[in-house]
Amino acid sequence: MVKKVITGNYSAAYGAKVARADVIAAYPITPQTQIVEKLASMVAEGELDATFINVESEHSAMTACISASQAGARSFTATSSHGLLLMHEMLIWAAGARTPVVMANINRANGPPWSVWADQGDSIAQRDTGWMQFYCESNQEVLDTMIQAYKIGEARDVMLPAMVVMDAFILSHTSEPVDIPDQEMVDGFLPKFDPEYRVAPETQPYGFGSLVMPDWYMEFRYKIAEAMDLTRERIRKVDKEFEETFGRSYGGLIEFYKCEDADAVLLLAGTVASTAKEVADEMRKKGKKVGVARLRSFRPFPYEEVRKLAAAVPAIGILDKSFTFGYGGAFACEVQGALYHCRDKPAIKNYIAGIGGRDLTPEVLEKIFNDALNLRKGKHAEIEWVGVRGLGGL
Amino acid sequence: MVMRYMLKALGPKTTVSVPACCWAVMPGVFPLKCLDVPMLYTAFEVTGASISGLRAAYDKQGKEDINVVGFAGDGGTADIGIQALSGMVERGPNVFYIMYDNEAYMNTGIQRSSATPVGAWTTTTPVGSRLDWKRRPKKNMMDIMVAHKIPYAATASIAYPEDFIKKLKKAQAIKGPKFFHVYAPCPTGWRLAPDKTVEISRMATDACVFPLYEVENGVYKINRKPAKKISFMDYMAMQGRFRHLPASVVEEIQKGIDREWEILLKREAFTQGL
Amino acid sequence: MMAKYVTYKDLPLTPITTVGSEANKTGGWRTFRPKIDHSKCIKCYICWKFCPDVSIRIGKDELPEVDFDHCKGCGICANECPKKCIEMILEE
Repeated sequence: MVKKVITGNYSAAYGAKVARADVIAAYPITPQTQIVEKLASMVAEGELDATFINVESEHSAMTACISASQAGARSFTATSSHGLLLMHEMLIWAAGARTPVVMANINRANGPPWSVWADQGDSIAQRDTGWMQFYCESNQEVLDTMIQAYKIGEARDVMLPAMVVMDAFILSHTSEPVDIPDQEMVDGFLPKFDPEYRVAPETQPYGFGSLVMPDWYMEFRYKIAEAMDLTRERIRKVDKEFEETFGRSYGGLIEFYKCEDADAVLLLAGTVASTAKEVADEMRKKGKKVGVARLRSFRPFPYEEVRKLAAAVPAIGILDKSFTFGYGGAFACEVQGALYHCRDKPAIKNYIAGIGGRDLTPEVLEKIFNDALNLRKGKHAEIEWVGVRGLGGL
Repeated sequence: MVMRYMLKALGPKTTVSVPACCWAVMPGVFPLKCLDVPMLYTAFEVTGASISGLRAAYDKQGKEDINVVGFAGDGGTADIGIQALSGMVERGPNVFYIMYDNEAYMNTGIQRSSATPVGAWTTTTPVGSRLDWKRRPKKNMMDIMVAHKIPYAATASIAYPEDFIKKLKKAQAIKGPKFFHVYAPCPTGWRLAPDKTVEISRMATDACVFPLYEVENGVYKINRKPAKKISFMDYMAMQGRFRHLPASVVEEIQKGIDREWEILLKREAFTQGL
Repeated sequence: MMAKYVTYKDLPLTPITTVGSEANKTGGWRTFRPKIDHSKCIKCYICWKFCPDVSIRIGKDELPEVDFDHCKGCGICANECPKKCIEMILEE
């Protein structure tokens, strides 16, 4: 085990390295470029035995990863914002073709207006693709989740791709101390990629991905749904196994921080959780009982954990760093959807904040927490955009 | 026919990547397959990238002897697929790329492509009272490939399978990307009687509409110089898609064909011994 | 052809096709059928070479035979035969 002080981008690169990615096809985009550069240099130095394809676009990057995976190679790519958006067709293809590609996505705002700063709009827009989505709070989590994502995705009854998501600049370009696990330990934890079906002339001269009539298409789609449902338990299990091997756990699908006796909890994802936890600690010193529920896995959506939270707390503020126009924040809408059939319905409010990299300072978070604490007191708006000039309110 | 001759030449240790095109429908519906080698179905525009990924995976597994073939139509190569193709050729992996050219988006019902020849009727260049047949010349994929400094590029035709097979075998010994532009008429789309499919292919070469030539590291070699050159008028006679053309346009097209043929002859001459 | 698939559990995880398409008999698509006059045939095999459907096989006595389960009646064989020993006849 080596401890290095490295950025989120380098953590993703080291994650791909220790996970022994065979084929890497990636296209540079701010703020992911250092992942691509670091991996290219690792390959050039002989530290990583992989083929690095300098593709000419993100769409081609995902395609190359998919076909390499279908031929039996473990593949990796990384992107952000517009690169992810360009890949959209192929993201759906990867899930439909059941290829367990792992991708690091740096959460960056979508243009226009052009922005390079952190927001979750790019990955949220991919929630229908059939990919697992893990939102990370620290560089260590990025590296660790990459290893876990391959293990979960490559299981023969899962075979689904996963994106490991981190905030632009806040993680991608910020150095933190990270343990890079020993290669031997990772090899013991993560077996070789051994898919049941592979595009190989000697053994499987079949057609891969053909046309299916309406009378059978639904069954193929159902199989994906079934596999994704399996992943909830797998994510919890692999998180535990990871803790046993490497000594670190991230709470499975949702990490609960001081929620058991809370009067209000903020549900959110990404690095804002770190600030929120600090603010929660400060507020508790002043006698306000607040907690943080950090959504680690957005896909699969953690229904059970959300319902447990709803049973335990009277008010949940849901912080979305994205917005589905004409509807609402994605996390809020899905949480509310999960709770519809539930007996326990806490007060819920959707806070839209931090879009386009707008800084979520402790002051802003404290205001949101305080607002959440008052939700039970009477009527309140369902959605509030935080910090928009001219709106008033928060 | 293109697929048949190609696999005859390359053998069973081959994987074919096929995008959305006529050939994606050819094998039939799940669970039918029609090849004895693996066929990877992919999205429409990705063939160049798909074969890059396959090659990378096979090489990493030590299987450098598996032939990787991208097999796409003119739409998936010259239009929507051109980015992936260009990126792939520039990177230079050891793969084959076969463009079977039926001169329009035939699978979706005869819409024009950049490979549709001047004067042709298609559903999106439907002539009509405004005489909207395809006006722009056929995109020259061979020139584009040669501009990428591709090690080997060749035209071929279903009328000359032995020539196609010979070129494929020659290409097999060359490392790097190999591009084949193969003439493959579509009777439905060209308004041609199906039994004339092979005959029209011969006529295309004899009219110098589709010359057979190869380019190896920039050196041109014409494989077949027609003993008796036929006119575009003769070539278009059997094809309903040219029926509407007035004599003046036919004359212009003929001039265009003659010019291109002259250029090709000159290229062959000046690249000798380079 | 779909007989071995009864429920979604029987399916491979993505549509992986394993059944040879010879099982799909498409002879019924024909309007015309080729008739080879073997007495004139010189066994040049040009018909076999150019059949787009691989529906001419070399059979008894090394003579070309049409696979009527799959022949679509395009007529290329008749058009290309140098001895004109193939005739396209309207299907009943």
